[in-house]
Amino acid sequence: MAEAHPVGFQWVMEAKRRGAKVFHVDPRFTRTSAVADTYLPIRAGTDIALLGGVVRYILENELDFREYVLAYTNAAAVVSEQFLDTEDLDGLFSGYNTDTNSYDQASWQYEGQERNSGGEDTGKERDSAAGLEHESHGVPTSGRIRRDETLQHPRCVYQILRRHFSRYTPEMVERVCGIPQERFLELARAWTENSGRERTGALVYSVGWTQHSVGVQYIRTGAIIQTLLGNMGRPGGGILALRGHASIQGSTDIPTLFNLLPGYLPMPHHADHETFDDWVGSISRPGQKGFWGNSRAFAASLLKAYWGDAATPDNDFCYGYLPRMTGDHGTYQQVLKMIDGGIKGYFLLGQNPAVGSAHGKAQRLGMANLDWLVVRDLFLIESATFWKNSPEVATGEIVPQECRTEVFFLPAASHVEKEGTFTQTQRLLQWREKAVDAPGDARSELWFFYHLGRKLRERLADSPHPRDRALLDLTWDYPTHGDLAEPSAEAVLREINGYETASGRPLSAFTEARDDGSTAIGCWIYTGVYADGVNQAARRKSRHEQDWVAAEWGWAWPANRRTLYNRASADPQGRPWSERKRYVWWDPEKAEWTGYDVPDFEKNKPPTYRPPEDASGPDGIAGDDPFIMQSDGKAWLYAPSGVLDGPLPTHYEPAESPMRNPMYGQQANPARKVYENPVNPMNPSPPEAHSDVFPYVFTVSRLTEHHTAGGMSRTVRPLAELQPEMFVEVSPELAAEAGLAHLGWAHLVTGRSVIEAKVLVTDRLTPLRVDGRIIHQLWLPYHFGTEGLVTGDSANDLFGITLDPNVLIQESKVGTCDVRSGRRPTGPALLDLVADYRRRAGMTVDRRIPLVTTDAVGCDDAAGSTDQRSPEAAAGEKRGEDA
Amino acid sequence: MGLRTFIQGWPVYRQLTGTDPLGRGAAAQSARSAALTARTETADSVARSVCPYCAVGCGQRVFVTDGRVTQIEGDPDSPISRGRLCPKGSASKSLVTSPLRQTTVRYRRPYATEWEDLDLETAVDMIADRILAAREETWEDVDDAGRPLNRTLGISSLGGATLDNEENYLIKKLFTAMGALQIENQARI
Ligand code: SF4
Repeated sequence: MAEAHPVGFQWVMEAKRRGAKVFHVDPRFTRTSAVADTYLPIRAGTDIALLGGVVRYILENELDFREYVLAYTNAAAVVSEQFLDTEDLDGLFSGYNTDTNSYDQASWQYEGQERNSGGEDTGKERDSAAGLEHESHGVPTSGRIRRDETLQHPRCVYQILRRHFSRYTPEMVERVCGIPQERFLELARAWTENSGRERTGALVYSVGWTQHSVGVQYIRTGAIIQTLLGNMGRPGGGILALRGHASIQGSTDIPTLFNLLPGYLPMPHHADHETFDDWVGSISRPGQKGFWGNSRAFAASLLKAYWGDAATPDNDFCYGYLPRMTGDHGTYQQVLKMIDGGIKGYFLLGQNPAVGSAHGKAQRLGMANLDWLVVRDLFLIESATFWKNSPEVATGEIVPQECRTEVFFLPAASHVEKEGTFTQTQRLLQWREKAVDAPGDARSELWFFYHLGRKLRERLADSPHPRDRALLDLTWDYPTHGDLAEPSAEAVLREINGYETASGRPLSAFTEARDDGSTAIGCWIYTGVYADGVNQAARRKSRHEQDWVAAEWGWAWPANRRTLYNRASADPQGRPWSERKRYVWWDPEKAEWTGYDVPDFEKNKPPTYRPPEDASGPDGIAGDDPFIMQSDGKAWLYAPSGVLDGPLPTHYEPAESPMRNPMYGQQANPARKVYENPVNPMNPSPPEAHSDVFPYVFTVSRLTEHHTAGGMSRTVRPLAELQPEMFVEVSPELAAEAGLAHLGWAHLVTGRSVIEAKVLVTDRLTPLRVDGRIIHQLWLPYHFGTEGLVTGDSANDLFGITLDPNVLIQESKVGTCDVRSGRRPTGPALLDLVADYRRRAGMTVDRRIPLVTTDAVGCDDAAGSTDQRSPEAAAGEKRGEDA
Repeated sequence: MGLRTFIQGWPVYRQLTGTDPLGRGAAAQSARSAALTARTETADSVARSVCPYCAVGCGQRVFVTDGRVTQIEGDPDSPISRGRLCPKGSASKSLVTSPLRQTTVRYRRPYATEWEDLDLETAVDMIADRILAAREETWEDVDDAGRPLNRTLGISSLGGATLDNEENYLIKKLFTAMGALQIENQARI
């Protein structure tokens, strides 16, 4: 955090000054570790084993915040007797389909609700990254849930959790993660001691968690701990995702993602959502409880914002205009399709996949096989110049005279040359004022897309084709100003906020949304940002003039709430859990919720409110159920649906690992998204043979002085001077083993490519003793490329493409490689070297990656290969069975 | 200059006797630095902005003189950053004023080995032509079962996460209306 989010880190230091203990878990010792109380080096890709160890520690010692857990979570819910755990199936859950490599979730449901999952296989949800829809809410449940308030029922969530995590012992944590038991226990003790009624603990993570083939489950494990300890919805608690880009939260809320529409409404699927009712019905079922029950109004209001007068209740608000998904249309699938010649045109808008995405070579080969490419950026980045200056030009794989891609580079306006909002990592929208005009032809995206749309509509004005109606009926009448006819960003923000269609009055809250066409809302979770016709995101009341919650600085979604689910900061009766941790509470005299923040609860719903039997929507949520976006008002320790790779997190090895999974026969996430494509060979991992060809683990992250793919930092003189060169950090032990010299050159090899880097021999990396052997890890920054003031090979070229099944994010925080002294070969010799490694590793074209590596379900894809688990591991399994 | 004035002019003397024992302010000032005026004091205007790099969202004040950015500093009022900026945020002025910035359209013809110039208006027109052609060639009305698809899979987009919400809103709205489904963002990465 000190490296990649330095100014945010001041608050950690502030907390430390006041007595907080700071633990830093990272494969590499960084500036954060330097000031932490305890630094725990970890083997990359094993966080679930570590966190699972904490869950077990909490449960075995009964250190959970029991009152909170009983009242606010699904700990007491009883699960179907059809459910089988990873303890029963050697690392798989019940419902695994070996044909589709995905789960049917029926057996994961609560007792009596087995049919609720839709009884279908979840391969389709994986392809449409359906997990992302739940960023703002849980999935539907319905009916009464059987509960055992004593938490003794063998099939209640609490007991299932205990059994599931029983093998995550301190010894196991040490064996899997390489963290000594005493250090682990120190962490577990501090975390639990600093949670409960009087104290709260916070958890902070970054893409070190999301960029894994089990990324969502990493975060789930963190959420389980924070929920068990009563740290959610309370001041000083919670889970904070430290996201990496100025408005990456905004890019998810108002997504430019294939599977989402604004406000986490799903993009329709051709088979499931043929009609408007099908679509809305899939978001909230009839009788759905919680705020998501209003989804019909949110959906109708979005279509009304898009298609204005043309959208009426009679034509389902032009629902028919929306394009439909038929499967996976994600960025990686697109790139493989480009290589096969299936895509004509590609827009890159302030994005540099040639350096920033996994498998840089696939990215560049894809771009080289388009009809046309539009790059909009501040600088001539690698993704604009791949046809003349890229590693593939050097190897002869891209020949400029033979590359047909027509490239348009359009200069973009910078953040000070346009106005608009960024949504930062705490969901806070901050409006930026424009300082100066953009130079020359540089324009904002707002300008480009507004005028592009204008031109398209002009050309199609007389079109007879029904397919052009969606463009022609689009509301696209934004006011413009100045010589360049820049569209008004405030007018767009007003549409995002939403308005009453008859009067144009801006809405104040999403509770005003209607499904009869009387409201238009561009992104319902942002409703209120333009309340009373005032740009609330532009508020800049000094921190010196307001309290610590600073509610008048910018605007946070939803409804300017700074801490989500803050009803949980009070006990079921509505009283603060403790005076120290007072935040939001029930005022019986005024009969309303009050406190420092905007209460995340209906203002006048008393703690004693009990929903009538047939209540739906918000009325179905009781006065002591704080998790109001969940259909049952509870925080989910166990997720009966919504998470595609298991109702509980399980330690799987990364897709590429030098180790056999010490915990289960199942090696890696059996539901991960793989692309069997000749351009995308994955290095073998046990139990497959030849994993020893790539014996080392590598991981990548950021330098303080650079930003992602380098387009905004390698081009900036002071930053380029501070970090001028690509390098690789290795431990002294690895340097000795591989014959690497400090400040000399080394090259790293994977089944995809070879890159070179200067060697930095340093104690910041340390060999780990894992499951009876030594694992060496290498670390690289991933900012370098062939353009800019400082250049170097791209670390992301080393990765292949394997994705998390829930959100289709790639595993680019861990892989296996070999490292050799000296510079890499150049030209065709480089390709020969990679080919030689592939040959030695058995990475032939007809090789199939074994997704199932246990015979627990009668289908061991890896049958016949050598099981490389240590005797210790096998013994551990035995112990697990006995427990 | 008398001896006394000479001695009193010594920074170390001022540091020991004056109000600045750490020597970080008045004591370290020379006649030259005392006569300097900060760019921030003479700026024509100040825009309140936000750092464009990571998602912490540090407040920035952008100082402008004669239509040019002369300085970017942390905003002391911000409850998030309390006036601080990290090396990247502090380098934002160098970012927006970088001589490497492209300010004209560049065009690479198929099979060409060099860039050419192109007028912005022409470039947008050419892009509009190509979008319409790609839609024409790859449009899908319905699936095999006659259910609507309304889309083109001939067009892709990948956006960065330094775009404004308002920009993303128009991007998604326009692409969706033209039937382009394969619209992605750094948020997937
Ligand atoms: S100044 Fe640094 S910490 Fe603050 S937003 Fe910018 S990059 Fe992030």
